[in-house]
Amino acid sequence: MAFDYNKYLRLEKMPTLWCWGCGDGVILKAFVRAVEKLGWAQDDVCVVSGIGCSGRFSSYVDFNTVHTTHGRTVAYATGIKLANPDKHVICVGGDGDTLAIGGNHTIHGCRRNIDMTLIIINNFIYGLTNSQTSPTTPQGMWTVTQKAGNIDPTFNACDLAMAAGASFVARETMIDPKKLEKTLIKAMEHKGFSVVEVLSNCHINLGRKNKMASAMENLNWIDDITVSKKKYDAMSEEERLNLLPTGILRQDTEAPEYCDMYAEIQKVHQGQRAKLTQDDFEKKI
Amino acid sequence: MATREIISTGNELAAIAAVDAGCKFFGGYPLTPSSEVMHVISDLLPKVGGAAIQMEDEIAGICCVIGAAMSGVRALTATSGPGMSLKAENLGLAQMAEVPLVCVNVMRGGPSTGLPTRVSQGDILQSKNPSHGDYKSITLCAGNLAECYTEVVRAFNIADRFMQPVIVLLDETLGHMHGKAMLPTAEEVKEGIKPRKTFDGPAEEYHPYACGPTEPATLNPMFKGYRYHFTGLHHDKNGFPTEEIETCRKLIQRLEDKVEAHKDEIESYEEFMMDDAEIMIVAYGSVSLAAKEAIRALRDEGIKAGLFRPITIWPSPDKKMKEHADKIEKVLVVELNIGQFHSEVQRATSRLDIEGLFKVNGRPISPVEIVNKVKEL
Repeated sequence: MAFDYNKYLRLEKMPTLWCWGCGDGVILKAFVRAVEKLGWAQDDVCVVSGIGCSGRFSSYVDFNTVHTTHGRTVAYATGIKLANPDKHVICVGGDGDTLAIGGNHTIHGCRRNIDMTLIIINNFIYGLTNSQTSPTTPQGMWTVTQKAGNIDPTFNACDLAMAAGASFVARETMIDPKKLEKTLIKAMEHKGFSVVEVLSNCHINLGRKNKMASAMENLNWIDDITVSKKKYDAMSEEERLNLLPTGILRQDTEAPEYCDMYAEIQKVHQGQRAKLTQDDFEKKI
Repeated sequence: MATREIISTGNELAAIAAVDAGCKFFGGYPLTPSSEVMHVISDLLPKVGGAAIQMEDEIAGICCVIGAAMSGVRALTATSGPGMSLKAENLGLAQMAEVPLVCVNVMRGGPSTGLPTRVSQGDILQSKNPSHGDYKSITLCAGNLAECYTEVVRAFNIADRFMQPVIVLLDETLGHMHGKAMLPTAEEVKEGIKPRKTFDGPAEEYHPYACGPTEPATLNPMFKGYRYHFTGLHHDKNGFPTEEIETCRKLIQRLEDKVEAHKDEIESYEEFMMDDAEIMIVAYGSVSLAAKEAIRALRDEGIKAGLFRPITIWPSPDKKMKEHADKIEKVLVVELNIGQFHSEVQRATSRLDIEGLFKVNGRPISPVEIVNKVKEL
């Protein structure tokens, strides 16, 4: 039976404002398929987004939805989750949203390990606002603010998330929606802060000035710079240069989840248990 | 009214008040001289099944509070001037999306890092328009220890009535003042809680932002079968982005008018020895305590001074101020800034001869300074 997308989409908001061939729609479809597979009731899900093309994600899906200010998605979502620990909270943001203006909230979300999923749609550029440099724009590429070639070094979103302590980190591309769906399911059912970086295209505002003016050319480039984690792990340092591994890069099911730990704090204050000490944690420093 | 006596500080009373008023969420960041609000509430909330979280910065502090409030719980943040500056953009989203919350600002010397541990009233104008754009702020100002409690309670009820953030101004003097306060009992406060209006009809008939021109949005809690959209963009009756000309105009006009049309529900002030006053002193916050001392001293010398103390700062009790100023020749505004409320008194009274006694060195104004200024008039 064909998948019933209509159940999860706000059809009256279609067509989306995304450009022809944009990857955001593919990611949106993979996401709602993942929700269906997980069997989550729409009323129990909250989707929070920020500003940028990805910011509109929340308005197209039929859940409890919040379109926040630029970069603050994870901070809003933290309040929603901590006040409603039994509900599912999903954050969606772009590379500018989550790694530039919202970088602080991204790293502290990872550190806190609160149970939510952050989908970072990385298209390597500020697309909505016409081609300004983002923290993931490759060096040497044309941007409207660095027409002579971008000189700013780049962030590796997954390395950043792992260094900041996220308990689940994965990278996928929109080229393989089936694999993306499977990884999203794993991320969303993971108890803790999960980050899924999805590499996507912006042939309009990245591609046209960087010799990949069609969606296909832009996606071929993404295909060229990615390799499965399995292959990546078998490569030498030299072979890995300029390649990004895809798949689940980290999954730590033992890391204490923030809402669970806060429930212990509530017990302390309600006289149901002794104060927490370092002995309650495996990692002491 | 049943009362109880508590010996405490203004900051601690603000935290206790929030919990008594049904607050279940606090998010914030350490900011002198407001931090004790977070210190106290982080012990109180987990006791009642709520949560308090210290976030990574001031912006995250207000954002998680807005998120919790969107989901349907009463939520509080507390900060001081530099934190208010950082929270400004997201306070704007809460105005736009009509999310009720309470923000306590314990004022210290500014601008910038200013005088972190010293008193000021420099955030009066900031609290009128913390964010860009048009909307009508509601700002209450505690004038004594008891009001650090009662005004926070009132703020929660007003926030839920008008569906918007309410700022409660304390100042460093009040926040750190330690003394006796006569308060309503927790039971009485609980009975007085007026929760936000909700819609309980069929979901397809629910339009959160479809309301009369002077009424606030009706925002149901999340996760209860009413799925809608929050955004900081101009939005339609269901909360979805729109640029339709009339919808945009009506929305912003309504944000102004929902407060303007019901000012009488918010207005609050104190008149102290005003019946026969020939000199009106206008003062608020901790300065009003010095003003009362000064008025007693002046009256001992036969000078008939009285105090008008706005408790609701925005929207100001402008009609009442004018009513007094029409009968009283000498009006003196005393405040710990360079005339931020003075200009509002000028506007309200349509008089340009309003006198001022201002101080911006981080020290309180003493009763003697006020007495001397009145004698000069």
